[in-house]
Amino acid sequence: MSHPIETSQVLAPGARAPEFALPAGPDQTMRLSDLRGKPVVLVFYPADWSSVCGDQLALYNEVLSEFQRFNAQLIGISVDGVWCHAAYANQRRLEFPLLADFEPKGATARAYGAYRADSGIAERALFVIDRDGIIRWSYLSPIDVNPGADGILQALESLSSSGGPSAA
Amino acid sequence: MQLRTAPQPPLKPPLDPLRDHMQGATTPKIELVEYGDYQCPHCRAALAIIEQIQSRYGDVLRFAFRHFPLAKLHPQARLAAEAAEAAAAQGKFWEMHNLLFQHSQELQQEHLVAYARDLALDADHIAFQLASHNYAARVQEDVASGVRSGVNATPTFFLNGLRHNGGYALDALIKAIDLSLVTP
Repeated sequence: MSHPIETSQVLAPGARAPEFALPAGPDQTMRLSDLRGKPVVLVFYPADWSSVCGDQLALYNEVLSEFQRFNAQLIGISVDGVWCHAAYANQRRLEFPLLADFEPKGATARAYGAYRADSGIAERALFVIDRDGIIRWSYLSPIDVNPGADGILQALESLSSSGGPSAA
Repeated sequence: MQLRTAPQPPLKPPLDPLRDHMQGATTPKIELVEYGDYQCPHCRAALAIIEQIQSRYGDVLRFAFRHFPLAKLHPQARLAAEAAEAAAAQGKFWEMHNLLFQHSQELQQEHLVAYARDLALDADHIAFQLASHNYAARVQEDVASGVRSGVNATPTFFLNGLRHNGGYALDALIKAIDLSLVTP
């Protein structure tokens, strides 16, 4: 695409979730395919260190038990590097992995249609991926609006009711 | 550039007079629900805003409060919410609610019991209830309903059953309420 676009077109339900292998820490790599067998919630977000108390990741951190009821793995992804993620996760006491889509910058966000080329950051976009690696729900939020957790939970609920019970 | 507007998810479940803490009009034209956290500085600031809203729309407004403690950020918030529930069981939810916000830096268990004593509640009983977390499940029900309703910050407000996306600024709340009064 030769021109910058104003809004991204995120991958739609039914698409196979693009594989990734991203650093989850200084000497740790997480692959999407390692997570087959459980639902995965991918949370693309613009940057670490937002300034408010109840920001998007803090909210998800508070309600992790609601996601865990569906045996779902929540993962945050931004273009920040591993050391930035480590400091941020430590300071906010985040209890889920943050992946660094840092080099090549934003490659995973681009593969999901969740990259803002004009500003060089990931969109605020959500994906719920089923146990077989198929995207079952996706949502692109206005970048300045915290989308909350309700859409994710509804998607996980319909997964577990349509796709048979997941191992609890 | 904003090409998409924020969605307004509905309050789930709706207010239940037998369960929720409500004040104001009994047949309201405006129903304002807050999800809040007693240790959150923004919720504390919102207290004065709500008082102004209540005096402005007193006869047509019902205000309700549900708990949404961000417990990993605010380690005392959950127990403070339990204290408000314990006070509610003795008929003084709002009195405790106001005290907790006024003392949002002092929410250790001994403080909570002292507030119960200040309100002439049975403080020994409340101390026991806090120690045994009798109201933890009640607080968690509020949190779960908040998550389902699209709570995305503290405080988050719902106006006539839909999420208000304008934060807790007084002018944005007044604007939204006035709009809802002319377009029922």
